[in-house]
Amino acid sequence: MFTYTLRRLLLAIPTLLVISLVIFLLVDLAPGSPASQIPLTVPAEVRMRILEAMGANEPIHVRYLLWLKQFFVVEPLVWVDATFGTAFSEGMQRILSWQSRSPVFDVIVERLPQTLTVVGMAYVVGVLIALPIGIYSAYRQYSWFDQIGTFVAMVGFSVPTFFTGLVLILVFAVNLGWFPSIYNTSLRVTDWESFVAQVRQMVLPVAVLALYNASQISRYMRASMLDNLNQDYVRTARAKGLRERVVVLKHVLRNSMIPVVTVIALGIPTIFGGAIITEQVFRVNGLGALLIGAIQASDLPMVQTLTFIFAVLIVIFNLIADVLYGLLDPRIRYD
Amino acid sequence: MTDVPFQPDRATERPRSQWAEVWAQFKTHRGALIGLAVFVALVLFVSVGPLVWTRSPTYINPNAAEMILSRNKPPSWQAPLGTDQLGRDMLARMMAGGQVSIAVGLVAMVISMVLGTLVGVLAGYFRRLDGPLMRLTDLFLALPLLPLLLVMVMLFRDPLARSLGPEGGTFLLIVTAIGVTSWMQAARIVRGEVLALKEREFVLAARSIGTPARRIILRHILPNIVSPIMVSATLGIASAIITESALSFLGLGFPPDFPTWGRLLFDGVEYIQQYPARVIWPGLAISLIVLSVNYIGDGLRDALDPRIRGR
Amino acid sequence: MRLRTALMGACATAAMALPALAERGSDGNVNILYSQAVSILNPYLSSGTKDVEVSSLIIEPLAGFDEKGNLFPRLAAEIPTLENGGVSEDLTTITWKLKEGLLWSDGTPVTSADVVFSWQYCTHPEGGCAQAARYEGVQSVEAIDERTVKVTFSAPKPNPYSAFVGSTSPIIQKAQFQDCLGAAAATCTAQNFGPIGTGPFRVTEFKVNDVVQLEANPHYRDPEKPAFATVMVKGGGDAAGAARAVMETGEFDYAWNTQINPELQAQMKAGGKGQFVSAFGTLVERIEMNLTNPSPSLPEGERSTVKHPHPFLTDARVRKALSMAIDRNLLVEVGYGEAGRPTCNLVPAPEIYASDNTDCLTQDIEGAKALLEEAGFTPGPDGIRVNADGVRLSVLYQTSVNPVRQDFQALIKQWWNEIGVEVELKSIDPGVYFGGDPGSPDTFQKFYADVEMYANNFDGTDPEPYLAQYLCDKIPGPENQWQGENINRYCDPAYEALVRELAQTRDIAARAELVKRMNDMLTKESHVVVPLVDRGRLSAHSNTLGGVVLNVWDTELWNVQDWYRIK
Repeated sequence: MFTYTLRRLLLAIPTLLVISLVIFLLVDLAPGSPASQIPLTVPAEVRMRILEAMGANEPIHVRYLLWLKQFFVVEPLVWVDATFGTAFSEGMQRILSWQSRSPVFDVIVERLPQTLTVVGMAYVVGVLIALPIGIYSAYRQYSWFDQIGTFVAMVGFSVPTFFTGLVLILVFAVNLGWFPSIYNTSLRVTDWESFVAQVRQMVLPVAVLALYNASQISRYMRASMLDNLNQDYVRTARAKGLRERVVVLKHVLRNSMIPVVTVIALGIPTIFGGAIITEQVFRVNGLGALLIGAIQASDLPMVQTLTFIFAVLIVIFNLIADVLYGLLDPRIRYD
Repeated sequence: MTDVPFQPDRATERPRSQWAEVWAQFKTHRGALIGLAVFVALVLFVSVGPLVWTRSPTYINPNAAEMILSRNKPPSWQAPLGTDQLGRDMLARMMAGGQVSIAVGLVAMVISMVLGTLVGVLAGYFRRLDGPLMRLTDLFLALPLLPLLLVMVMLFRDPLARSLGPEGGTFLLIVTAIGVTSWMQAARIVRGEVLALKEREFVLAARSIGTPARRIILRHILPNIVSPIMVSATLGIASAIITESALSFLGLGFPPDFPTWGRLLFDGVEYIQQYPARVIWPGLAISLIVLSVNYIGDGLRDALDPRIRGR
Repeated sequence: MRLRTALMGACATAAMALPALAERGSDGNVNILYSQAVSILNPYLSSGTKDVEVSSLIIEPLAGFDEKGNLFPRLAAEIPTLENGGVSEDLTTITWKLKEGLLWSDGTPVTSADVVFSWQYCTHPEGGCAQAARYEGVQSVEAIDERTVKVTFSAPKPNPYSAFVGSTSPIIQKAQFQDCLGAAAATCTAQNFGPIGTGPFRVTEFKVNDVVQLEANPHYRDPEKPAFATVMVKGGGDAAGAARAVMETGEFDYAWNTQINPELQAQMKAGGKGQFVSAFGTLVERIEMNLTNPSPSLPEGERSTVKHPHPFLTDARVRKALSMAIDRNLLVEVGYGEAGRPTCNLVPAPEIYASDNTDCLTQDIEGAKALLEEAGFTPGPDGIRVNADGVRLSVLYQTSVNPVRQDFQALIKQWWNEIGVEVELKSIDPGVYFGGDPGSPDTFQKFYADVEMYANNFDGTDPEPYLAQYLCDKIPGPENQWQGENINRYCDPAYEALVRELAQTRDIAARAELVKRMNDMLTKESHVVVPLVDRGRLSAHSNTLGGVVLNVWDTELWNVQDWYRIK
């Protein structure tokens, strides 16, 4: 398993390079232009000059190589400088966003906290709700609990988050006035009062996302448990006189985890990708809102950097999932 | 499930074909039957409905004074589901919208399931393919969806529209775009399951008696990964319908006056406070189609499982 | 303390509409919501309205426009005119004098060197200044003394109030920006995110595309203003959500550009927490007619170019019939409510420039049909009109994605169907439509459609550059990477002559006559441009926020120093 992991990690480097090139070509080929952000009142010559100053008119291979250098050389050096107080990166051009003309990484670091708290919390809540619901629904298949669970999960997944978000705002922010409808990203938790304010503003977006995540994961959990509950080894375990609790939660659960682990591992990178619609509805302004805003404005350096970080996370978490398969089911071998 | 090899004996024992048996089992599943009934009803609603209710979904009264009066009407005999902000008949729009949404949802789901299962099985079963296929999956997972769709539409819309006509071209483009961008999760799940399954005793047994890989996959592996695929498929329909609306909304899909359920929901959200019915109908329709497919899937899975079948 | 607040409350109630006690920072915090988030606080590097408006809280120009479009001095002591000698007789120079005792928010004095520097900053060839058009025709800017600057133009300029006027050309501090000239402009993140200014507020925290926190500028020239100690400008979301935060939940005091459907406006007003304000500028939603042939059967590079005239839209009668079939009053009622009014003019304001053209306001379906008959188009078997040469009246009608525009498309399609014209609708992602990417077939400049709809306006109060867009050499085409502004491919020597005449006319009344004449040529005489709706600005503010005066000629936050809390 160790050599396998090592080999996969080495292999990840060329993979990621290819992915970065494909993303770059794709974003560049997409029929948008940063000029769409310039009002129509600005004359054509001025537009051309603005694009030139951004570097948007350079040939594509020049921009790609520049980005590679900036991402793999300049940005790490900037990080080294910031940690150790050195000055390696002095005079080097960092990756600059076309929209704000500021270093892309500064913006990402600025936005990470709200994305991780809101989207991350929603994911944790979603998983924590989904697993027990999935297990119990499968164990008592076709009971009223299972039926209601199925119904809520399917409706929760079918109605998009822009709809659930709005309904929650109308009910809890407009009519009842319990929670704010707009997330304040400058709120700092320093005392009990600000902690309560933080919790209050997180409730609605977390609820929307958790419902969506839980719907999906609980379905996989249930289906996989159902498959395993009828297996011979379950009968054997029961016949051995093991307690029901041990049979279900130890034997069956462990064997049912493979698809669930896959889904959860695929979901974790999306936490960093943010929740585009929910973030917009509640103005959380995290990474999801950043990405969609950058795509709409054809802010190529920003899109490229964000998607590439996203790609790295996907590769890493899929590797983690593969390692977990081996731990869950020792029969799975890769070598 | 490990007793798949018994199947041939059973088939010789009983005169009924395998599918008849599956149907017999399916019939005993109440949820599946209700699901099937709802599904058929919805399909009839969108296919036969427009023949009965012949008002045009895009008709607006050209007379301004009358048009103003026909806007945002509550349900009545003239318009059983009311009218929208331009006085268009909501029932007609729901029917026309359903045709596209159901078709897009099902076809895109099938494309993504076929792709996902194919990639997942190949990667899981053949070790040599695992690396390249899974790296391809990583690539697709990493691609930003919106630029990808924009590029696909830009490259293929005109050629497709020329060869298949504007509507056929758009349909094909949309289902392919959705299918091609949503198979990755299914592929990863299937692969994970296959990795575990192929080390199980019954597969080893089959392999040791020299069963060819194709047969092992079709007879022994596929039937055992039906349930996660079913879940992916059900969830896939819902996301395909919503993705279609997002595509049309971005101007990448059907023309703007062409209703689909997702689009009706999207448009209705603006009016949710004054006319909640505008979002309830499309939301309900999408949920119903997903729920019905879910129950049909449940029933099918039980019916396909030979161990339950005899119960 | 509590007693004092109570007393103040009592006083305020007694005074009702009067501003509360005039003391800087006495009214606490004000929350402003922009549905588009602010990306940068330097308008020279971004021309986005949200960026320009929010930076106007911090940095100011020499003069600005008030809500009626009149000039008023900001940093200047007075507006230079011909009468007071500030503008030279030959219209080639204008001399500005700064107010006395002006200080930057860091306490240093504002001098004429800062004004000169602002010009140098924006006109540096490698800087890519977004507001370069404001300085067009400026030959030099020189400091006469500490407080006086002289702007010299390369040719007589009938309208000398473009450089340093309005929130799009503010004065920046030389000391802060002197290392940011040219290519270095983009790397000066700290400066671009926290300019030192003369405005009523200064930045304390800036999060890109999210939130700007500001506090009262201690060195602001009026010691009693601003009334608010701090400002938070939050960004993101959509217009409906922004309106809701002011009108229904009361979380915010002011929401910018809350363009929502009229019914939702009515519903939100009933919330009782705030009110909408609207004002009209020059923004006109219009349909543009393509005078060239966009047919996909033409080879790429020749579609929608002057090589191939349009098969039927070149006939003025067809264009007129299409315009006559539209009921503009209904469009306004469906899409804009209070925030729009029907118009037949391309230049609907300022008042002196607005033509009295109102012919198009009544819909005339029968008249339109008759006109098409006259043009030789008779209904075919499917009801679509065809002429003797077999030309079918079938149009592709494109616009950007926007709920109101899609409603307009559906309505206009129905009316055009009514007069026997077949309509296919298309909506395009705004990032692509307005992006101008020469590689994309869907940009509004390429105009691969027969008619298209969008809104446009002009900067400030002078329509000259706007009307000069309809020149023959500004037609977009492959040779200029589709970057021209003459979207209709309109080309008329008589019109060109008027454009030249306007450039040389300095008398305001004569200019107004010319503008009206040109407006009429493009609209009611040729129907090349079919104006639909004069779109106003609609914003919302809470009932507790006083002093709001909506201004469409300059930044919406132009008088934020006068805002106060109604207690």
